[in-house]
Amino acid sequence: MDGWLSPQEWQALTLSLKVAFWATLLSLPLAIGVAYALVRGRFWGRDLLNGVVLLPLILPPVVTGYILLIVFGREGPLGAFLESTFGLVLAFRWTGAVLAAAIMAFPLMVRAIGLAIESVDARLEEAAATLGAGPAGVFRTVTLPLILPGILTGAILAFAKAMGEFGATITFVSNIPGQTQTIPSAIYGFLQVPGGEASAVRLVLISVAVSMGALFLSEILSRRVARRVRGE
Amino acid sequence: MSLDLTLRHNFGGFALDLALSAPPGLVALFGRSGAGKTSVLNAVAGLFRPDCARISLNGRVLTDTERGTFLPPSTRRVGYVFQDARLFPHLSVRKNLLYGQRFLARGAAPPDLDEITGLLGIAPLLDRSVTGLSGGERQRVAIGRALLRAPEVLLMDEPFAALDDARKAELLPYVERLRDRLGLPILYVSHSLPEVARLATTVAVISNGRIARMGPAREVLADPTALPAFGPREAGAVVTATLTRHLDDDGLSALMLGDDELLLPRIAAAPGTKVRLRIAANDVMLAKTKPEGLSALNVLPARITEVREGGGPGAAVALRLGADQILARVTRRSLRELGLGPGEACFAILKATALAPADVVAETVP
Repeated sequence: MDGWLSPQEWQALTLSLKVAFWATLLSLPLAIGVAYALVRGRFWGRDLLNGVVLLPLILPPVVTGYILLIVFGREGPLGAFLESTFGLVLAFRWTGAVLAAAIMAFPLMVRAIGLAIESVDARLEEAAATLGAGPAGVFRTVTLPLILPGILTGAILAFAKAMGEFGATITFVSNIPGQTQTIPSAIYGFLQVPGGEASAVRLVLISVAVSMGALFLSEILSRRVARRVRGE
Repeated sequence: MSLDLTLRHNFGGFALDLALSAPPGLVALFGRSGAGKTSVLNAVAGLFRPDCARISLNGRVLTDTERGTFLPPSTRRVGYVFQDARLFPHLSVRKNLLYGQRFLARGAAPPDLDEITGLLGIAPLLDRSVTGLSGGERQRVAIGRALLRAPEVLLMDEPFAALDDARKAELLPYVERLRDRLGLPILYVSHSLPEVARLATTVAVISNGRIARMGPAREVLADPTALPAFGPREAGAVVTATLTRHLDDDGLSALMLGDDELLLPRIAAAPGTKVRLRIAANDVMLAKTKPEGLSALNVLPARITEVREGGGPGAAVALRLGADQILARVTRRSLRELGLGPGEACFAILKATALAPADVVAETVP
């Protein structure tokens, strides 16, 4: 691989994988909770929550990135708080790229998991309750196993989305090689300099492979969730 | 051991308002679909919260709307067998059966898997996936799963409604065994009269959300006033006769019902066996004098105890045959022309071939 990719391309690839991995892993528990609340919950502000979750899908990514910069920048209210309390700096760091990717991928993840929860037969959960399972027990032993393929689908889609996130990332954490330069920012950077096309094409091929792979995998898994919930 | 409940609930256009007490044995809730039977089971299980209810199980209060008590389903210790089985598709038969045991209180002796699977004949299925099971197997696994969670009451919601008659006939003996061996109250929802006649210790007839008639199964089934609720074509009393001998040349069996002999198509059981017969009211004819030259084999002396006339042309007639009571359904006109009324002696006529095989049950030797 080292022979094929230049050090800068290699850095972009590993950084993208690292960012996408953490963005997916950290947002997964929250996405399961939010999806469950949106599908099953009957509470005030449910529509509002739904809107907020979907917002990054609709807003121009640059706007999302700018909002992140205002809120999580070193001068921003949450950014200053995180830095003084935990010593955590997000703006212009790879950690910020994780946050941007996670927020942009969140709607996809919630959608996929929500669909899986919707397809779970609530009568099975009732049966579990009569057999002695409390609400947490029902979730752990019936709901969660039945939606597992849906969770995997959501995670794969989110991972692919996080790999490809560009607008919000470049606005929030800029395009610093070795620190915040993910594959999309690197492609963009290579296209700005003469003779960078070869590098750009290599990274484009990697992007296409990752995206296609994720799509196929999530297709297979979502078929499995349907079969499993139907009890075949 | 008993389940006691009173409940009222307004569904809008239809109100449920009933009280009942279920001792060990099988209480059949009989009624048309939409009569509110399933809501009663759901209220007991805690899946439905009525407007106003008090439900207690062996003295433990499950629901008391006046005091704001409503135990969650998980702590009620009810075993619920749903019409649609509701087995967990992601678990094997064995894991489905043992599902409730992981939530049992520590120290409580869990019911024995081998015993329950033996009782239900599902031991060979244990390592199968539930997705390959037949309808009858699914229901037996669902019953086993409910029993293995150590319930104090068993709720069964038309568990065999989705099965054909042959499968149903295979499964009813299992329910009889449960009824006789477990010592649990069983609430059994059904709209099949042969099923109720066969299984019930107590029958509660539910109509429009109320209990129209409730009492020991034989009494209620032989009550002419309950005939409209059961449906005039379906209603019939249950009696127990003793098989005395087989008439091999004729392919018949002889039974003693009180002091009278009955001849029926051959019953596969040894002489001495008690046989339960459900005699449909529609299959019984009446004669004022003992008829001669009649093809029907069974002509039994009887006395009319009660006549119940409905709005239509028919009348329900309760007959006493020695110690047993059966029902006949005849026209009002016949009664008038024959001059038959309460207290009169007459003859009840029953064709040997009239009884459906499902209505002739050799009682299992205890």
